[in-house]
Amino acid sequence: MADTVVRTRKQPSAQGAPKGVGRLPRAAVHHPWWFALPAIVVFAGFFLVPNLLNFYYPFTNWSSYHADIAFTGLDNFRTIADDGSLLRAIRTTLLYALLAALFQNGFGLVLALLLESDTRFNRFFRAVFFLPVLISALATGYVFQALLDQDGALNSVLGTDIPWLGSTTWTLVVVTLIHGWKWMGLSMLIYLAGLKGIPGEMLEASKCDGAGPWRTFWSVRRPMLAPAVTFNVTTALIGSMNTFDIVQATTGGGPAASTEVFNIYMFRIFGQGLYAQASAMSLVLFLVVVAVAIPLVVGLRRREQLL
Amino acid sequence: MNPAVAWRYGRPALVLLLAGLAVGVPLWLVAVTSAKPQAEAIKPNLDLPRHWQPGSNYEDAVSQGEMLRGFVNSLLVVVPSVVLVLLLGAGAAWVFARRKSKLVSAAYALCISGLLLPPAVITIVMELRQLGLANTRPGMIAVYTGMYLSTSIFFMTGFIRAIPMELEEAARIDGAKPARIFLRIVLPLLRPVIATATIMVMLYAWSDIFYAFFILGGGDRATLPLNLYQVASAQLYLNNWHLVFAYVVVMSLPMVAVFLVGQRKIVSGITSGAVK
Repeated sequence: MADTVVRTRKQPSAQGAPKGVGRLPRAAVHHPWWFALPAIVVFAGFFLVPNLLNFYYPFTNWSSYHADIAFTGLDNFRTIADDGSLLRAIRTTLLYALLAALFQNGFGLVLALLLESDTRFNRFFRAVFFLPVLISALATGYVFQALLDQDGALNSVLGTDIPWLGSTTWTLVVVTLIHGWKWMGLSMLIYLAGLKGIPGEMLEASKCDGAGPWRTFWSVRRPMLAPAVTFNVTTALIGSMNTFDIVQATTGGGPAASTEVFNIYMFRIFGQGLYAQASAMSLVLFLVVVAVAIPLVVGLRRREQLL
Repeated sequence: MNPAVAWRYGRPALVLLLAGLAVGVPLWLVAVTSAKPQAEAIKPNLDLPRHWQPGSNYEDAVSQGEMLRGFVNSLLVVVPSVVLVLLLGAGAAWVFARRKSKLVSAAYALCISGLLLPPAVITIVMELRQLGLANTRPGMIAVYTGMYLSTSIFFMTGFIRAIPMELEEAARIDGAKPARIFLRIVLPLLRPVIATATIMVMLYAWSDIFYAFFILGGGDRATLPLNLYQVASAQLYLNNWHLVFAYVVVMSLPMVAVFLVGQRKIVSGITSGAVK
C-alpha cells in the first residue's frame, strides 16, 4: 500500500502541472489517499479476501471431521455434481431470480403508474405499499407461511384445502411471488422517480400528435424509463440470487428440495460440517452471478445509450 | 363509459382494493393472530380473536424470545456498522469523486464490485476464525461494513461529483486543511444521501439472518432475527403463531418508526441515487 501512495502523489504533479488547469496538480494534497484507505482496507479484508479464499478452499477437504486441511482437487465439485445438487441449485436459483425480478418489477411498475401524480391520497398509498420493504424478509416468510399453509388463513377464507406451499412445481412460483411482494415498494419508488424525470413537454407533444394514454406509455414513457429499468432489473436479479430468508421461512428449501437455492444449500451443508463442499457451492454461486451480471449490465447500458 | 372517467374513479378504487388485499390482509393476519390465545392461533385465520390477550402474548414473546437481549444485540452490531459504512464510505467517495487517475478509477471499480458480487460467506467464517473474530460482534460489524461499503461508496461518489468544486476551493483559499474541508463542507452536503444510506443499510442489517447465522450463531450474541428464527423453529413441537407474530410486530416497529420520521428524505434519496 505504501508503495502506491508514493506513486500517486508524484503522478499528478508530474503530469498535471503543464496542463495548468490549476486544481488538478494539487489533487494529492487536497484529496489525500488516506481518506479512502480505511474503506479500502475493510472492503479488501472482509469482502475481497474471502472471495479470493473462495477460490482455494473448495479444492480442499476442510470440514469438521478433519483436523487438518489438505488439497483434494476437484473432489467436492465431483460430489455436488454427482448427487445432482449442483445442477438443481443452479436451475432453481436462476429460475427464482428470473421470476422474482419479473414479479417485483411488474408489481412495482403497475403501482408507480397507478400512484403517479403527487396527491395526498397517492403519497399515503405509496407509503402503504412500501411497508413490506420495512418488514424483515424472515418475518415476511412467516406471515405468508401462516397465510398459505394447508391449515392456513387463505384456505380457511376460500374454504379450500390447497397445499399452496406443497407442490414441487408451483411452490417456487409462489415463493417468488412473495419475494416480489416484499420488494415491490422499492421498485415502485424508483419507477416513480423515472416517470417524474420525463419532461412534461414530451408528454404534451405526444398528446398534440394525437397519442392516447396507451400509445403515450408505449412510445414515450416506456423508452424514457430505461435507466430505471436498468437499475431495477439488475438489482432485483442479482439480489434475488442471494436470497435466503424468505425461502427458509416459507419452505426451508422443500418440498423435495424444489426450492433449494444456493444459500439454502450452503446453510444446510455447512450445518453438517462439510465446509469445503459449502464453499464449493459458494464459488459456483459467485461464478453464476458474474456470468449473469456482466452481460446484463453491459447489455442494459448499451440499450440505454441507444435511446 | 369514457376511459378518462373510468380512470378517474376506477383508479382510486383499484388502489384501495390492491392495498387492502396485498398489504391489508397480511398485516391484519399478523395483528389479530398476535392477540389470540394459542388454541385459536394454531390454525391461523382472519377472524377476530374470541378471547383477546395481546398483553400476555407480547409479554411471552419478550420473555421467551429473549427480546430485550436480542434488541440490544441487534443495536450493538447494526449501529456501529451503519456509522462505519457511512464514515468510511464518505471518505473514500470523496477521493474517488475528486481525483482522476487510472489508479483511482481502478480502486473505485474494485470498491463498488460488492454491488454485484455475492459475499463469500463460507470463507468469511474461515477468515474470522483465523483472526479470532468468529462469533464476535467486531467480526460481524466488519463483515456488514465490508458488504455495504460498496453501496454507500457508489451512491456518495455520484452525489459528490454533482457538488461544485468551488465550494471546496473557497474554503481552501481561507486556509482550511483537507480534514477540515471534509468534515465541514463535504459531510454536511452529503446529508440527503447519508439519510438514504442509513435507512438502507439499517434495513438490511437489522433484518439480516443469513450472515448472522454463520458469524454470530445463536447464544448470547444472537440478534432479533436469530431469536425470531428460534421462536419460530420451536413450532415443530408447539404451534405458537401467536408468539411469532407478536415478535414480528415488535421487531418491525423500529424500522417503521425510522421510516415515518425520515420518510421524505428517504424517498427522495432512494430515487435520486438510482436513476442517473
